[in-house]
Amino acid sequence: MSRMAQPTIATDHGHSIDPARAPRDTALAIHGLTVSYGEKPAVFSVDAAFKAKGMSAIVGPNGAGKSTLLKAALGVIPRLSGEVYVFGETIRDARARVAYVPQSASVDWDFPTTVMDVVQMGLYRKVGLLGRLSGPVRAQARECLDRVGMADFANRQIGQLSGGQQQRVFLARALAQDADLYLLDEPFAGVDAATERAIIGVLKSLKDEGKAVVAVHHDLATVRDYFDHVFLINVRRIAEGPVETTFTTEHLQATYGGRLAATHLDELAVADGAR
Amino acid sequence: MNLFLDALFLQAGYNAALVAIGAGLLGFAAGASGTFPFLRKRALISDAVAHATLPGVGLAFVIMVALGGDGRSLVGLLAGSAATAWIGLLVIEWIARRTRLAEDAAIGAVLGVFFGVGIVLLTVIQSMSAGRQAGLESFLLGSTAGMLLQDAVVIAIGGSLAVFTTWLMRRPMTLVAFDSDYAASMGYDVRRVDLLMMALVMSVTVVGLKLVGLILIVAMLIIPAVAARFWTDRSSRMIWIAGGIGGASGYLGAVFSASAPAMPTGPIIVLVAAAIFIFSLLFAPERGVLAAIVRHRRFQVRVHRLQGLLALAAEHPIREAYTLRLLAREGLARPDGVPTNAGRAQAAKIARDERRWDVAREVYQDAGLTGRYDGLTPIEDVFTSDEIADFDHRLGPPVAVESG
Amino acid sequence: MGAEFVQFSLTPVLIGVLSAIACALPGNFLILRRQALIGDAISHVVLPGIVVAFLLTGMISAVPMLLGAAGAALVAVVLIEAVKRLGNIEPGAAMGAIFTSMFAAGVLILEQTDTSSVHLDVEHALMGNLESLVWLRAEGWHSLLDPSMLATLPGELSRIAAVCAFVVVATLMFWRWLKIATFDEGFAQALGIPSTALGLGLVVVAAIAAVAAFDAVGSIIVIAMFICPPAAARLMTNRLGHQVVWSAVFATLSAVLGYVLAGYGPFWFGFEGAVSAAGMIATVSGIILAGACVFGPHRSRVGVAQQEAR
Repeated sequence: MSRMAQPTIATDHGHSIDPARAPRDTALAIHGLTVSYGEKPAVFSVDAAFKAKGMSAIVGPNGAGKSTLLKAALGVIPRLSGEVYVFGETIRDARARVAYVPQSASVDWDFPTTVMDVVQMGLYRKVGLLGRLSGPVRAQARECLDRVGMADFANRQIGQLSGGQQQRVFLARALAQDADLYLLDEPFAGVDAATERAIIGVLKSLKDEGKAVVAVHHDLATVRDYFDHVFLINVRRIAEGPVETTFTTEHLQATYGGRLAATHLDELAVADGAR
Repeated sequence: MNLFLDALFLQAGYNAALVAIGAGLLGFAAGASGTFPFLRKRALISDAVAHATLPGVGLAFVIMVALGGDGRSLVGLLAGSAATAWIGLLVIEWIARRTRLAEDAAIGAVLGVFFGVGIVLLTVIQSMSAGRQAGLESFLLGSTAGMLLQDAVVIAIGGSLAVFTTWLMRRPMTLVAFDSDYAASMGYDVRRVDLLMMALVMSVTVVGLKLVGLILIVAMLIIPAVAARFWTDRSSRMIWIAGGIGGASGYLGAVFSASAPAMPTGPIIVLVAAAIFIFSLLFAPERGVLAAIVRHRRFQVRVHRLQGLLALAAEHPIREAYTLRLLAREGLARPDGVPTNAGRAQAAKIARDERRWDVAREVYQDAGLTGRYDGLTPIEDVFTSDEIADFDHRLGPPVAVESG
Repeated sequence: MGAEFVQFSLTPVLIGVLSAIACALPGNFLILRRQALIGDAISHVVLPGIVVAFLLTGMISAVPMLLGAAGAALVAVVLIEAVKRLGNIEPGAAMGAIFTSMFAAGVLILEQTDTSSVHLDVEHALMGNLESLVWLRAEGWHSLLDPSMLATLPGELSRIAAVCAFVVVATLMFWRWLKIATFDEGFAQALGIPSTALGLGLVVVAAIAAVAAFDAVGSIIVIAMFICPPAAARLMTNRLGHQVVWSAVFATLSAVLGYVLAGYGPFWFGFEGAVSAAGMIATVSGIILAGACVFGPHRSRVGVAQQEAR
């Protein structure tokens, strides 16, 4: 419904930044964020803090506002209330330090463009409107493509790739941005196992380089393996903290309610105990 | 003014009365049959269909002259325009289905090219000896000067058929417009229903060509339907409301046009419809802009008040200036963020409801409650007072609301 | 091809070619953004824009006309956007409601004002008048080297040349932004690219191209120039850069062939007199598009199957 897709008109009341509220060692700090489509809140009064190093998952059922949270944090959709700080600055000032991998459905796959072109888009901020894509810049793009294992596909039209390959190209584009905070919207949705391994490998290496990775994630079974910090949301914030202490049966039950089959919870609880 | 009243009551002469009745009927038919293409989100196909009538008019004239006639038979010209409009429609469908081009590009291409071919044919006709006084140019913007009884009859018959068919087929067309996959699963041939919608558009276009012209007829197909959408949420009613708006625009437009000089009928009709549309957009009770603004402001105030009270209840500072101003204005907090007695009382109530929710979510874990726990749904909307009393019981004795 | 060609055909052909290219370039992005029908809207609101500019300035001259048309296009786009958002109306219907109303207002104002003294009438505005843009003073090819003769070239030629150059420069300058914002608007916004302003800018450039082409092909056929060459080009390649070049080639081909067929075609069929060059240009561009639809190497969608499978 177009009615749902159209976020309510933005109201920005103007803020000055208080350094005490916006700590610099927090990659993404969110205070009292509310976003609503029509009169139905998608995200209500959410507080969150993702630290500057490490891998965080945003977890919750369908329609819980996970993607909305990311997009509102990036300023792509307007918020009804709340504040967002990236490394202690407003998103406007911190754009260069943020890379975003959108959900794959949001892109025009029929667009006449090649894989290499797409990766170079990540460099546009650096080279500007008219700056030449010099040899080193091109080499950098190729390196990013190589890092996700897609160097052989550089000249393919983007629509000719499989879903997993497309996702890897978008990750390469984000790598090209050379950011400090990586925001990914369901990076593993609909991808094959090889892609999932490739993507998680890259994300872990980003973490080792001291970057912050925040991903919307829907596969509860892999949360423990992939992430060290988890944020549970269902319109409202349910819990947030280290995976070991936060990703518990109790919190999951509170997040998913009746939608999570009891057996599934038991499995996770077993994994819980085995650790 | 007198002239206007005369025209309004059909007293301004035979021709003016004929034009007013014809335009009213045409407007009604256009509004009614434009409803479903609009709901199907394909309103602009009618623009291409309308422009694609031009080569048909030209071809029909050339053929009729070649066969020995004088080429001005209205029925012949209209038949020709229907033929090329239909071809244009099929071309749009073919391009959108068979190539990677989207439907909008196909619509634009057909519109421009068919119109271009039509212009070429018009210049060919001008160079023919029979074509000098053909007056085919009047099909572009319409003309009411020489309107005959025959023209009004064509509109009346064609328009009635279009309205009747729209009414008759309203159920399949509603289904297809709303959810074409579901309609297909029920055994409806979606493609044929789509073509029928467009055939109705085409027939209205063809009968209205002479009166308002092919460039503006599309306005009569789109604007009444768009305006009607503001007044009802039911498609079966929309047909009649759109018809009424179209009919009123046609009639009033013709009346205005007859009551002053240099007021071309087609554009005036369109502008009357546009005025009705703007009125609907702004002032319709549910979907109108004013209603939406009021609703949005109220909602925003509600969210900020609630967030502010939640912060007071948790003894967190209120971060947003707007929230603080709002609470101060309502006497719930002082400008420095310290709650007043009233603010404390309300915050306590909010805090109590939050605690009730916590209990409720624990008690009714499997009931799919999470969707209702969105911060804005009052707990009283979800649970009965008995259930809430039970939560309170589990919570222990209520915390006394102290005055500060 | 001698003096007569330079006198009667050179300038119309040049004007036709430059108009077609100026329209085709923004057309590429309109098509890729699924906004082809914005081209339709622009082509209709050019008329009211020019009429209002004429009313305000009292003269038919280049700059007010360009400003009037660009202003009308902006007004139309803003109104369309407002109706879309405020009224929850789908884009096509919002466009249809706005541009037909503005067109009707344009025709009404035109009828109400006395424009008989100047060359501005509805039919001319709809059909264009390429054939009249001749260089009567020219004596042959050598006139091209004679500054005093060059000064007698029709003013429309220098105007469309300037507009065409402007469109080319704007396209090249904003190439990267246009590419990202068209391909993936969410990512463009996350990068901080002003995608809304960029979209409006595209519409303004398209409107300027439309008004400059107005002299040549009239206000309706402009839409064929916006859409047909880029649409055909899309079916020839999967690279944006190549697509834009193809669209310029197709635009040139349409203009030249269209003009020649309109001027000489009827003689080949034994008719006297010529047919509308503007109409013929649109016809040729349609034939090229039809050819691309049937034979274009990249005519069918790829990736659709896998998208649906997901």
